[in-house]
Amino acid sequence: MANDNVKRPTREKGEILLEMRDLRIEGESDDVWHQIVKGVDLTLCRGEVLGLIGESGAGKSTIGIAAMGFAHPGCRFNGGSITFDGIDLMNAPEEVKRKMRGSRISYVAQSAAASFNPAHRLIDQTIETETQQGIRDTQASIADAKDLYSRLRLPNPEAIGFRYPHQVSGGQLQRVMTAMAMTCRPDLIIFDEPTTALDVTTQVEVLASIRAIVEEFHTAAIYITHDLAVVAQMAHRIMVLRHGKLVEEAPTREMLAAPQDAYTRSLWAVRKLAKEESTTYDLILKVEHVDAAYGSAVKILDDVSISVPRGRTVAVVGESGSGKSTLARVVTGLLPPTKGSVKFNGADLPPALAQRDKESLRRIQMIYQSPDTALNPRQRVYDIIGRPLTFYHNLRGKALKDRIVELLKMIELDESYIDRLPGEMSGGQKQRICIARALAAEPDLIICDEVTSALDQIVQEEILKLLLRLQAEFEISYLFITHDIATVRAIADEIVVMNQGKVVQQGLKTKVLSPPHPAYTELLLSSVPEMDPDWLTNLLQKRAAKTK
Amino acid sequence: MHPLARTILQRLGLGLMTLFIVSIVIFSMVSWLPGDFAKAILGQAATEETVAAFQKEIGLDKPPVQRYVEWVGNVVQGEFGSSFASRVGYKRTVAELIAPRLANTLFLASLTAAIAVPLALALGILAALYRNSLFDRIVNSVTLTTISMPEFFMAYLLMLFLSVKLSWLPGLASVDAETELLERITRCALPTLTLTLVIVAHMMRMTRAAIINLLACPYIEMARLKGMSKSRVILRHALPNAWAPIVNVVAFNLAYLVVGVVVVEAVFTYPGIGQLMVDAVTARDIPVVQACALIFAATYIMLNLTADIISIATNPRLLHPR
Repeated sequence: MANDNVKRPTREKGEILLEMRDLRIEGESDDVWHQIVKGVDLTLCRGEVLGLIGESGAGKSTIGIAAMGFAHPGCRFNGGSITFDGIDLMNAPEEVKRKMRGSRISYVAQSAAASFNPAHRLIDQTIETETQQGIRDTQASIADAKDLYSRLRLPNPEAIGFRYPHQVSGGQLQRVMTAMAMTCRPDLIIFDEPTTALDVTTQVEVLASIRAIVEEFHTAAIYITHDLAVVAQMAHRIMVLRHGKLVEEAPTREMLAAPQDAYTRSLWAVRKLAKEESTTYDLILKVEHVDAAYGSAVKILDDVSISVPRGRTVAVVGESGSGKSTLARVVTGLLPPTKGSVKFNGADLPPALAQRDKESLRRIQMIYQSPDTALNPRQRVYDIIGRPLTFYHNLRGKALKDRIVELLKMIELDESYIDRLPGEMSGGQKQRICIARALAAEPDLIICDEVTSALDQIVQEEILKLLLRLQAEFEISYLFITHDIATVRAIADEIVVMNQGKVVQQGLKTKVLSPPHPAYTELLLSSVPEMDPDWLTNLLQKRAAKTK
Repeated sequence: MHPLARTILQRLGLGLMTLFIVSIVIFSMVSWLPGDFAKAILGQAATEETVAAFQKEIGLDKPPVQRYVEWVGNVVQGEFGSSFASRVGYKRTVAELIAPRLANTLFLASLTAAIAVPLALALGILAALYRNSLFDRIVNSVTLTTISMPEFFMAYLLMLFLSVKLSWLPGLASVDAETELLERITRCALPTLTLTLVIVAHMMRMTRAAIINLLACPYIEMARLKGMSKSRVILRHALPNAWAPIVNVVAFNLAYLVVGVVVVEAVFTYPGIGQLMVDAVTARDIPVVQACALIFAATYIMLNLTADIISIATNPRLLHPR
């Protein structure tokens, strides 16, 4: 075996590998230094997997790479100690730390697509650390990399390394990155949200490969994520962080069975939010036998028919590439279909945006995934919400301002927000502004494209509650595009399952979510991580049994 | 066909089309130049008949469209025609007027490029590597100074110190066909130095900026977290992704070396193509002016085309499609 000639240190479980005491890290923004990590203690033993969870801004990633003696540009250590295998990382010379990175402590980043250098082949990047640090020669490194690729169950392990990053799918890249982190058989790997950017079905495969290889080499790991269900599968012990401080720490099973802190409990509240379904035969939107394509290339939508009842929510679920967002573009008129029709309120909608009159434009509004890109950073709330009010309802002056304040009240923000720029608000507040902008037109239908995906769990719950309240108040219909089944449970009346441009299944929520399922729905639903620490193990066993 | 080959062919076609449009522009501009060659040569005293006869002799009596078609037709066959300064028994073709001048210009341009481009790249990479250090600041301020000075001023300064005061280098760059290579290089030293100082700043600053621009990319942080040294991060991980903006600026500066150095040629009395064109404009020698303009345009188009192709070829997404 190629990996036999790597000197592997004795790895006895129980021996302390990494210790952080009262770690403090500060970051600079606008010339002001503020604490990001406010005194965190962390102990990790050899072969142990520690989960770090928390919302964005909790300091998880910062603590993760601090374990490598590294701080992001614009951040610096300002207190405490980090000891890795007897080496004081706070005070070690840069050269010593550099030699340890990649070989003794390695890193797996969130977005594999962005973290691989587009200019080099995967194999060259995989073996870079070992050849550069003179651990092994190129031939042996390549052989070992191929071995790791096959252990991580990558397709065609002999050849895949010779491709460029853009030629390989996201899930495969994430596994190649795990192989890259493994090449030097490090003592510790930092996994920084490695599956967050992946579809659930892909996530299962990546989680399984990561877990298997970490166990096989007895590597210690810090697994960073915001997803409790994922960390439950991966970690022996979990630390919950918030605002740079430790909230709670316990072995995984204990933490899941009996979370002590109120904040920890609130983290999975969204998973319990569930709406009573109801439906009506009064349809607001009917999409009939629609085909759509970009250019003359492959069909993105293939004979898609869906309907949305008035005042109800239809959730469209599927993986990336299933055509969910394209469907939204067809309904809004951004992409005229090549075949089929869109009926709104019983009448045919002109296929292209330019042919639609103001009234039909007003009745369909859209909210996007990322409020950061959907809001003009140079416009104040007054202009953002005021524009559709002036455009559709011809409001000006005092009437306009009164209406904006009223809309702000509806989205639970007070008057003072009227002069704010997007940069002066949190992610959740920005998404509320996007909702108010859509509401301003007084639409019949709002298309929500992954509106909660970029938000933290607690904020997600607030936004979903707001959307439900607005629906009850104004009888708005939602076409709710999402890949997250928990969100579907929380908000949907009906579900449409899409795969590769086709509708696989549609119907009432309880009907779609309860067996028997068509094969694809089954795969999709079974891939959604559950809070049970044995979920992944059981799922893999079940799937293995099935293929036999 | 490989998509890269197809793109290159497409660009080549576009380049040729641009050149064709430029030829129309050049022809129209030159036709509208004020003044008349025949009158300029024959003097105020010439009678209408002599002027008409002379115009007929050099073909100026034909309608412009016909003249344009004939001109382009000849140029395509590599025939640039005769200078208006030709007489019976004193035949001067445009080609023989331009050839030695173009050779001189290309010699000076190549000599400068051979020094300036590697120097600019090296300084740019070093400045990115040691950014915000003393070295970086010195390189930045020195290059900023040289780029801010008018080139003739720089030329006279260098001449004053290196030639007049210190007598290290010849102050005039008069060369002809017989000048030996070594002698030629020595005589061209001052113009070369001047031009190098003028163009290094631009290229060096773009190299530095293009590299630094990439340092915030996740894959650069990944390289650092893989324990790569600072120089490897810059050379192996940032530079290969920074070529596109760098080669564009390099191409732009190389084009300047061919088409924009008339002032420097004048200061050092270097017999380059720039001076020839200025003289031809003064003498209303239309065939020479048109030929020079066309060569300049072709140079620009060709260098930009090369830059585009290099940008494409260094982008693996285009080189290795899915």
